[in-house]
Amino acid sequence: EKDKEDESKEENSSSQQNRASRRKSLQKKPGDGKKAGEEGSRQRERGKKAPTKDQKESENKERKTNKKGKEEENKQKKDRKNSTSSASSNSSDEESLSEEELAMLMEQVEQKKKLISTMRNKPWRMVKKLSVLREAQAFVEKFEGALGKGKGKKLYAYKMMMAKKWVKFKRDFDNFKTQCIPWEMKIKEVESHFGSSVASYFIFLRWMYGVNLVLFGLIFGLVIIPEVLMGMPYGSMPRKTVPRAEQATAMDFSVLWDFEGYIKYSALFYGYYNNQRTIGWLKYRLPMAYFMVGISVFGYSLMVVIRSMARNANESTADGDDDNFVFSWKMFTSWDYLIGNPETADNKFASITTSFKESIVDEQESNKDENIHLRRFLRVLANVLIICCLCGSGYLIYFVVKRSQTFSKMQNVGWYERNEVEIVMSLLGMFCPPLFETIAALENYHPRIGLKWQLGRIFALFLGNLYTFLLALMDDVNEKLAEEDVVKNITRWTLLGHHNSSVENGSTATPPPLDPADVPRGPCWETTVGIEFVRLTVSDILVTYITILVGDFIRACFVRFVNYCWCWDLEAGFPSYAEFDISGNVLGLVFNQGMIWMGSFYAPGLVGVNVLRLLTSMYFQCWAVMSSNVPHERVFKASKSNNFYMGLLLLILFLSLLPVAYTIMSLPPSFDCGPFSGKKRMYEVIQETIELDFPLFVAKIFSYVANPGLIIPAILLMVLAIYYLNAVAEAYQRANTELKKKMQMQREEEKNKRNNKASTNPMLQDLEDLLTPGTKSESHPKQAEDKKTESPTRTSPVGKHRKAAPLNGIPMTGGRGAAFTPPPHMFMRQPPTLGVWAPYPGQPRPRGHPPGPVLGRGRGQPRY
Amino acid sequence: FFFFLLVYRLHGRYHEMAPNVVPMDYTKDPDVKLPMQLIINMPELKENPFKERIVESFSEDGEGSLSFNDFVDMFSVLSEMAPRELKAIYAFKIYDFNTDNFICKSDLEKTLNKLTREELTAEEITLVCEKVIEEADMDGDGKLGFADFENMISKAPDFLRYCLKK
Repeated sequence: EKDKEDESKEENSSSQQNRASRRKSLQKKPGDGKKAGEEGSRQRERGKKAPTKDQKESENKERKTNKKGKEEENKQKKDRKNSTSSASSNSSDEESLSEEELAMLMEQVEQKKKLISTMRNKPWRMVKKLSVLREAQAFVEKFEGALGKGKGKKLYAYKMMMAKKWVKFKRDFDNFKTQCIPWEMKIKEVESHFGSSVASYFIFLRWMYGVNLVLFGLIFGLVIIPEVLMGMPYGSMPRKTVPRAEQATAMDFSVLWDFEGYIKYSALFYGYYNNQRTIGWLKYRLPMAYFMVGISVFGYSLMVVIRSMARNANESTADGDDDNFVFSWKMFTSWDYLIGNPETADNKFASITTSFKESIVDEQESNKDENIHLRRFLRVLANVLIICCLCGSGYLIYFVVKRSQTFSKMQNVGWYERNEVEIVMSLLGMFCPPLFETIAALENYHPRIGLKWQLGRIFALFLGNLYTFLLALMDDVNEKLAEEDVVKNITRWTLLGHHNSSVENGSTATPPPLDPADVPRGPCWETTVGIEFVRLTVSDILVTYITILVGDFIRACFVRFVNYCWCWDLEAGFPSYAEFDISGNVLGLVFNQGMIWMGSFYAPGLVGVNVLRLLTSMYFQCWAVMSSNVPHERVFKASKSNNFYMGLLLLILFLSLLPVAYTIMSLPPSFDCGPFSGKKRMYEVIQETIELDFPLFVAKIFSYVANPGLIIPAILLMVLAIYYLNAVAEAYQRANTELKKKMQMQREEEKNKRNNKASTNPMLQDLEDLLTPGTKSESHPKQAEDKKTESPTRTSPVGKHRKAAPLNGIPMTGGRGAAFTPPPHMFMRQPPTLGVWAPYPGQPRPRGHPPGPVLGRGRGQPRY
Repeated sequence: FFFFLLVYRLHGRYHEMAPNVVPMDYTKDPDVKLPMQLIINMPELKENPFKERIVESFSEDGEGSLSFNDFVDMFSVLSEMAPRELKAIYAFKIYDFNTDNFICKSDLEKTLNKLTREELTAEEITLVCEKVIEEADMDGDGKLGFADFENMISKAPDFLRYCLKK
């Protein structure tokens, strides 16, 4: 209200004058006040529809009656004050300081203050507000001084200011926060054109990027950088040197994509790390750190995925009763009044349209009810077909893998035989998803649910891919392990031989060290696996980008520009523009992440590659979507929580955890490369650390804890806790749905009540009409008539009835209201009237019981 | 006190829209009005699909010309400080195209067309309108009174955030 006040100052620089004269008029006396009161009431009667006009009118009238202009205005203001603040006009003017009047004054001052503070909330015209405000302020100013309460004013003002500042600050901070979210505008833009389902993919991508950044920081900060800074430099020992045989090609350009040569012997891969317990002046325990980081990558990912799943679940339950006003809210609150930029406005229009379409699709879907049997049959049929497809492809993969194992033992096999598995896999990946989509058309699901099914099915298919890949890898690893034993001996012999030869030469000095490049190496299966994963990731990136470029962009260009000279309409007809393939992209992302999780233990640099990939694909895909894709035919709303994606991710995370855990726990590490070389198993690094770096009792405690006797009960306890929590959660869920149902019912009821109000009242009256003749009391027809005439609503007739009864001279017991204050004659009167207002008054009557006064109170419950 | 500057700035805005009509000092309380055409070209309103309605519902004569009082009025309602109820009242006024104190089907259709730039088909529009009435109409008279509107809007989570804010 402050601004209005200022405004008043600005507008009327003569307000001081006004105030002074007003004071005069205030002291002028009740005569005027009364008149003013009349005016006020008149004004009030006219209603608030067009207050300003009325004001003008009344002003004119007053001008006629009175002569002094200024006082007139003041008076008018005063009467306005009266009309709004409902203060009695005459008492305020006296300044005699008797106790009661003081109290009254205080009360009024309070009222005025309240008025001032709530002024903003009143939907009046500015003119009216201004005048009322001025009036009230003058009043407060004047009398507050008299009451000595003006001191609080400054404090109040200060408080108000602080509150406003705080609100503003919070808002600014929120704005700042939303501006800090990366790619928010990009995603909003995509969302406005393609709907929330496509945007959900990009949001998922962004989330993934965040997770990967954290992983990247973890691995780079704790493993790679310490190794580079403090570890032994390149070339100092065999594992950090390119072998002599490879040195000729180590700098070839092809190194960049097949990751041999210098890249293979760099800190990006497992094999580069030394098994020295501590490095550098910090005594940094690198093998330990390597192991812990490898574990914590999984730990962190698990935690993040599960936490975000839980939060999503929370969100989806938190705003549960949204569904009541979907369309209304869209209609009335979707426009963002902050928009001032034409481009943003365009986006907003598009997004509003899209969201309306989404809701319409939802609505139509829920309204649909056709032949349910046919639908069910079709769905079962579709599922059978798809299971057949999956089984077939699974068997095919199995068959091909088996065949490839026999091929690998044979010599001189052709190109096709060598690459058969890959070819079959990519063929399956190419043809199965469209096939699934065709079959899914049979089911006629809502697109959102359809997408989930599609995702699940392709996921099952891709699992086959993963399975073959892992199988091949395991074969490889086993081979390498066998080879390793041989090499180990050779190495030892070479070293011995070298030593011996130098001894034989007769020099007593230490033999010149063997060039590290010449030392025979083991195959180092960990690095091989790492390279395998990196290659796979890179080829996946390339394939994705090329697919987007060719499948979307070139196609769009072709359709767009060749359309001018083609025999049919390319845009509407066959090739048309591509739609954004949500399921494929999401699954690609999920599987890629699985690769990263699996590979990051063997190739710490893999996460860096992935971060780059996600970053570029964010921009690239955004661009591709906006430039060359068309929105889906049926735009649909993504489910609010993308928990389904998260679920897939969790599954993949678990699946990728398994092989890594297996290698850590039960495969021996290579003898001459990596941080765990020389140990029997990788996890021994923990035991070593505990034994050497911790006091003895820690080791003891550890050995106790690792005892199966303790672990099994702990697991049991956890299972029990899970069971209990699950039960509790279910109970809450039930209660929640129950409550929701109740609320819904209440709302419906309210609606119905209001709907039926008009119709029920006449019905009740009819009932009464029917009843009253049956009672055969003389007074009643009259009463009933009375009631009929003066009972438009339910409550008022009771009161009126009670009033009317004494007038008629007949003490009545009719109505519930009367029953509570029974007149003295009650026992003598005949009872039939008692049911007049009860909905079913005839209940006790057919039994022929003489109803007593007890009955009059309750609605005729048969008590006896 | 604190918002002296603000009002001063507002007056500056008002003045610069029509420098030759609006006097710089308001001490004499002149009766000056600006036509709607000038107001809706303000950058704050330019992109708003309901700009005409907004100006109309704030103007005293109902035809869209604003005096400086109305102008300040408009900004005070549209400001983020304005309370929810007040916003609801004016929002209702804005959406009530034919000013019959009810939001009826034709109003809804107009709103929808403005919101979507008439990109929905006729059936879709009627469907949406019916749904809105069905959802929000509590007294069953086939149109939304202010009570219905307020009831509905007060439950909207992002009303404060989006609607009528500047």
